[in-house]
Amino acid sequence: MDLTDTPQEAEFRAGLREWLAKTLPSLPAAPSPDDWPGRRAYDLGWQRTLYDAGYGEVHWGADPAVRMIFLEETEKAGAPYVGANFVGLLHAGPTVAAEGTEEQQARWLPPVLRGEEVWCQGFSEPDAGSDLAALRTRARRDGDEYVVSGSKIWTSHAEVADWCELLVRTDPDAPKHRGITWLAMPMDAPGVTVRPLRTLAGSNEFAEVFLDEVRVPVANRVGAENDGWRVTMVTLSFERGTAFVGEVVACRRVLGELALAARENGRWDDPVLRRRLGRLNAEFRALWRLTQWNVSEASGRGDGVPGVGGSVFKLRYSHARQELYEAAAEVLGDGGAALDLQQPWVLDRLSSLSYTIAAGTSQIQHSIVAERVLGLPKGR
Amino acid sequence: MRFQLTEEQRALRAGVRELLAARFGRERLRAAMEADGVRAVPELDRGLWRELGSAGFFSLRLPEDEGGVGLGLPEAVLVFEEAGRVLLPGPLIATHLAAGEIPGAATGETVVTAADGGGVVEWLEAADVVRGYAGGTAGTVAVRSVDPLTPLHRVAEAPARLHQVAADPDSGDRTDVLLTSLLTAAEQLGTAARVCELAAQHARTREQFGRPVGAFQAVQHLCAGILVRVEVARAAVYAAAVTVDAADIAAARLLADEAAVRGARDCLQVHGGMGFTWEADVHLYLKRAWVRARRPGAVTECEEMLAAALLVEAR
Repeated sequence: MDLTDTPQEAEFRAGLREWLAKTLPSLPAAPSPDDWPGRRAYDLGWQRTLYDAGYGEVHWGADPAVRMIFLEETEKAGAPYVGANFVGLLHAGPTVAAEGTEEQQARWLPPVLRGEEVWCQGFSEPDAGSDLAALRTRARRDGDEYVVSGSKIWTSHAEVADWCELLVRTDPDAPKHRGITWLAMPMDAPGVTVRPLRTLAGSNEFAEVFLDEVRVPVANRVGAENDGWRVTMVTLSFERGTAFVGEVVACRRVLGELALAARENGRWDDPVLRRRLGRLNAEFRALWRLTQWNVSEASGRGDGVPGVGGSVFKLRYSHARQELYEAAAEVLGDGGAALDLQQPWVLDRLSSLSYTIAAGTSQIQHSIVAERVLGLPKGR
Repeated sequence: MRFQLTEEQRALRAGVRELLAARFGRERLRAAMEADGVRAVPELDRGLWRELGSAGFFSLRLPEDEGGVGLGLPEAVLVFEEAGRVLLPGPLIATHLAAGEIPGAATGETVVTAADGGGVVEWLEAADVVRGYAGGTAGTVAVRSVDPLTPLHRVAEAPARLHQVAADPDSGDRTDVLLTSLLTAAEQLGTAARVCELAAQHARTREQFGRPVGAFQAVQHLCAGILVRVEVARAAVYAAAVTVDAADIAAARLLADEAAVRGARDCLQVHGGMGFTWEADVHLYLKRAWVRARRPGAVTECEEMLAAALLVEAR
């Protein structure tokens, strides 16, 4: 058990730190959250900067331990978040890299790495959430094209995306997991309509996407027809791996800020609140160690694909994040501060509510752990 | 970074598990508490204690030229985790920490217990030496112990607080208090992992309404919750064994205590009526977890220590 960097890791970390210190001060100001074209340009620009410096492929090409150092150091330095590049770099990209043909890789991967194209994800549907395999968006074969009709929901960055990694039903008669196909759909194809969805936090985080007889070339299919479920699982397992490294670093920083704020406003004298913050310190220290444990395990296995440890981590982390911002409301205390959207942490408290739902609800994750780790019979 | 067990550490864990299965299996556990129906206080098995000594249980971290095994804290944590899995009785941590200092402790000839500030001494009458308390058995009061395999006495001394000694690097007690807390966390981790297995095993085999109870999500989620607490505690305990940082140890202890106590309670719940019987083993895990959770450096101290650490780190 070794928690120190190897010489190569230390060299990577030192080089990255130096580069961040040099590069971040000259970045343009971050755009307003409502300025979609501005956000797209900003996020793509950051990815281009990373690419030019040789960090473009760190999200899926590098060893998980190196990726973890990258996410840790960029967060600590206050570098931009992956933003609009999320699906391209962390979902669709890895899937194409693992399952695509050489031609497909050559078409789709370089523009993602160079910060030229944005991807979004068309998985969930109004009637297929936790039960994703029940999706009904239909694709009918017509010569060398699929004709796609249906609707998708919770599609982040749909407004500014060039491509959508789309799951469609190609065989309605097969058992539900066996009739699904993975397609790359151009977002400017005729028949694609995007309608923004406003979240409870007031932001336009994601959208609904309506598909009306959209024609997608068969050449855009990754994996075999009706093999999309397996192809998708490759993608989803990435989501539960190192995706939260930066966030755990950020949560630990917020926790320190909460302690300082509480000491400033006198709330620190309340032993109940103080102990609650102490407990959260244990929680986030452990989550950091669990990340290191899971990443080391993925590194050692060689395929870099995170295992069920990701479900354990996500269950605990999503809960801890909500507890963190509940504690923040206690620190802000009476007098309306905890109810003021302009105060720090109040919007985060709202956003944190999505964590136990997105990317597999806590209830689904519990069942995954029970069935795949503990070997309990399939639940109902 | 390679935060996984090494090949040697895996081999050590397997070896200790095998040894304990042979020397202190379930039959020995039940026999130890039921050998004599009228005896209120269990006796320490001196033969087993010497066997543990010759296996290197106590001398694990002593240098090889002093007759020890020459291993480190991560290895000690793995060994105490195994002890926690089988509810190995006796003042294991105090004797381990006394090796090299008190003659005979390393070999298992001498049984050492400690009054290191918790106000309670485990295995006082069985011990040859009591560290940290000059009074011997004088001024102590026997407790009717909740754990049938851990006799307890109360002592009158004021307990030292973990965060007090942790804050004072010159304190001679610092290392002992921190290591006792860390190795306690390791024992709790072993117990938590074991009750997780017992709960899952029961849920897979016990049938109601025509199917295994583990097919019901309410039961599944109880079991999954036990596992999540185990794995989070494991990461914290192993990391604390590597860093030996006071805040890391406090985090490890807090999470391992919770994993063991709540895990044993949930395991009991999964067992239904059987869980409430003397005959099922579940209560033994819960009771031992309760005893360990009361050792110095318990929940309040850990939380206060970790809160204070936040201010230091954020400054």
